[in-house]
Amino acid sequence: MTHDRLSTVFSALADPTRRAILAQLAEGDANVSELAAPFQMSQPAISKHLKVLEQSGLITRQRQATARLSHLEAEPLREATEWLSTYREYWEESYQRLDDLLQKLDHNESP
Amino acid sequence: MAGVVIKAESGSLAVDMTREFNATPAQLLRAWTDPDLLVQWLGPRRMVMKIQEYDVRHGGKWQYTHADEQGNEYGFQGVFHGEPSVEEGFTQTFEFDGAPGHVCLESLTFEEIAPGRTIIHTHSVYQSLADRDAMLESGMEYGVNEGYERLDELLVADKIG
Repeated sequence: MTHDRLSTVFSALADPTRRAILAQLAEGDANVSELAAPFQMSQPAISKHLKVLEQSGLITRQRQATARLSHLEAEPLREATEWLSTYREYWEESYQRLDDLLQKLDHNESP
Repeated sequence: MAGVVIKAESGSLAVDMTREFNATPAQLLRAWTDPDLLVQWLGPRRMVMKIQEYDVRHGGKWQYTHADEQGNEYGFQGVFHGEPSVEEGFTQTFEFDGAPGHVCLESLTFEEIAPGRTIIHTHSVYQSLADRDAMLESGMEYGVNEGYERLDELLVADKIG
């Protein structure tokens, strides 16, 4: 994933309302009034959040009869969290490499 | 030797991490502050690390990138605060180029628990819960993907903390 896309996904995910919307969409596609129901927010406010999510690629929207259904796209989220989920592995692996390096340095510096 | 222990309590802006080493604080400080050494261990083996700048002094800037096999580059940068020392450790800002303006403050300290055995403590404080959650939790609650299990470890860190 490119920097730009990762950055867009991250800023889309940084908002709790948008994360709640994604959680709701994980249950299935929904229209804007269904998505607005759990929040004390107007439909236009929710629509703004949907637009941000759509621009980040986290959701797609499709017109069905008179309603516009939002659909969760798993891939960008997976890519973003794959990077994030490496937090522990990143440090595990780094510190194992540091162990090796320290051993090497210790050996070289021994009298 | 125990592995990395990550503590990330829900509702807290901080993430704490500890790891024990067979080394003195002086050796660990050197491994962290000498760019020729740092480049040999920081980051996954499959990544190629390049240090653009590593000015270890109060107000000095650091900047490096990790590149994977596909050529994706992940850039990071920050500034050192205070003179790094064995006694005080060091403090720096940390910013991922993928999320500019979202700055994390990191403090690293060395605790010698026995001669030649030292625990590194890392204390990272994010600007907002949203920032920290984006770093540690994003995607977890949606359950849309099997790859999230590894993040679970971070989310259940309350138990191991």
